[in-house]
Amino acid sequence: MKAGTNLEKVLTSGQFAVTAEAGPPKGTSARVVQQKAEILRPYCDAVNITDNQTAVVRMSSLAGCVLLKQQDVEPVMQMVTRDRNRIALQSDVLGAIALGINNILCLTGDHQGFGNHPAAKGVFDMDSIQLIRVLKNMRDEKKFICGEDISGEVPLFIGAVENPFADPFEFRVNRLAKKIKAGADFIQTQAVYDLVRFTKWMEMVTDRGLDKQVHILAGVLPIKAAGMARYMRDSVPGINVPQSITSRLEDAKNAKEEGLKITLEIIEHIRTLPGVHGIHIMAVGWEEIIPDIVSKAGLLPRPVSGKVPE
Amino acid sequence: MISITQPKPFEEVLESISQDQKIYLVGCGTCTTTQHTGGKAEVLAMKEKLETAGKKVTGWMVIPTACDPLTQQALAVNTREIEAADSILAMPCSFGILTIALYTSKPVYPALDTIFIGKEQSPGNFTEACIQCGGCVLGKTATICPITRCAKSLFNGPCGGSINGKCEVNPNTPCGWQQIIDRLTAQGRLDQLDEIEPLKDWSTSLSGGPRQIILES
Repeated sequence: MKAGTNLEKVLTSGQFAVTAEAGPPKGTSARVVQQKAEILRPYCDAVNITDNQTAVVRMSSLAGCVLLKQQDVEPVMQMVTRDRNRIALQSDVLGAIALGINNILCLTGDHQGFGNHPAAKGVFDMDSIQLIRVLKNMRDEKKFICGEDISGEVPLFIGAVENPFADPFEFRVNRLAKKIKAGADFIQTQAVYDLVRFTKWMEMVTDRGLDKQVHILAGVLPIKAAGMARYMRDSVPGINVPQSITSRLEDAKNAKEEGLKITLEIIEHIRTLPGVHGIHIMAVGWEEIIPDIVSKAGLLPRPVSGKVPE
Repeated sequence: MISITQPKPFEEVLESISQDQKIYLVGCGTCTTTQHTGGKAEVLAMKEKLETAGKKVTGWMVIPTACDPLTQQALAVNTREIEAADSILAMPCSFGILTIALYTSKPVYPALDTIFIGKEQSPGNFTEACIQCGGCVLGKTATICPITRCAKSLFNGPCGGSINGKCEVNPNTPCGWQQIIDRLTAQGRLDQLDEIEPLKDWSTSLSGGPRQIILES
């Protein structure tokens, strides 16, 4: 065990993991995070708190993770390199571990130009792959980047993301391999809609044996309206929403029901693919659907923390 | 390589010289002439706008290359008109403005924003190629700079927003990492990207304060 987190235990025991994403509020209310924790607790093995996603200022990921922990939900702290340099990033890793947060997901982050402070200076002292390596070095060598020693234990379960739907397609697997080489223990992918492309990508992953070196959780993002599908297709870079999904939502009497149905079909397909070790549900602003998704997908009960077969 | 400039909004220019009535105008015959931001035509247009706004222009000139030390002589020739002014409004790039300021005691205000050091890719199309970071990686990246050409300055790109060869930040901008991969593939050395690029030493870049090199004789 590298960190002994619940997520690590579930994944290393070979069980199909379920994680979810919770966006912290654009404000100071702890209650917002607590409510999401209450909804998600029985349905997920760990919950990601995003780090100012889409470059919009929100409550910090670290604070959100502490609030989750207080509700007995295991946090995954997302960490982007857009806003903090190597001094601040390493400092926050130390603080997170001190607060009992041991799953950290490394990202570069959406460009500040997309957010609500487009005039901000993008830091980008390092990229996500370099951050993964920094964390691995902190954990395995107990060293800072500068080479000085870290005092105390550094238990970390290191996560990264990959987008099988971005270009150049062939290189996306090389990039995954680089993240594994850098030290990623688990991967959460961009939302999967295009099953043909995802299946192809997973084949390339398993052909190279990469699924044996890292735990891959496929991203699932439930869509509740045709407009949302069109928006994601047209305005969110790196998300493929096939026409068949948009059409189904347009024709449906009850778009939310249809959205749930589509999500369950995607999960069913994903589970048949060799090398996929779990799903990561990003129900942006629709967290209340997660219990339905997890139970109807037959993924209950979740393993109880600490009682997972070793 | 030339300095790429853009005119500041005229309101901002007026605001910067709001305390001054009499203005001397300087343009540059090199980069800002090429880009039509600070050549003779633009200096004369600025003169007219200033006069319309109630200012008095005591004189003007276009220095052949404002960042050159000869600027000192050019200013000296026009001392009388410069001395009659409250301030100088300058239309070269920042390098020219800094040079002018070396040789005059008058306040100097920029009428342009200097955006980047770049080159004219095709007629009228000026692009940035290098941010002069002090740690060149061009040898590893098929002579396409990831720090300049990638919006996030990724060292191990491309990010998840590279779509059809374009950057997610601006669909008109080619993805620098797609270009790097294409060129390395064509040169048969894509496997070089399997190596993880180590953290960059930014102390050689702007982070280290003003940079200076003194050649030993």
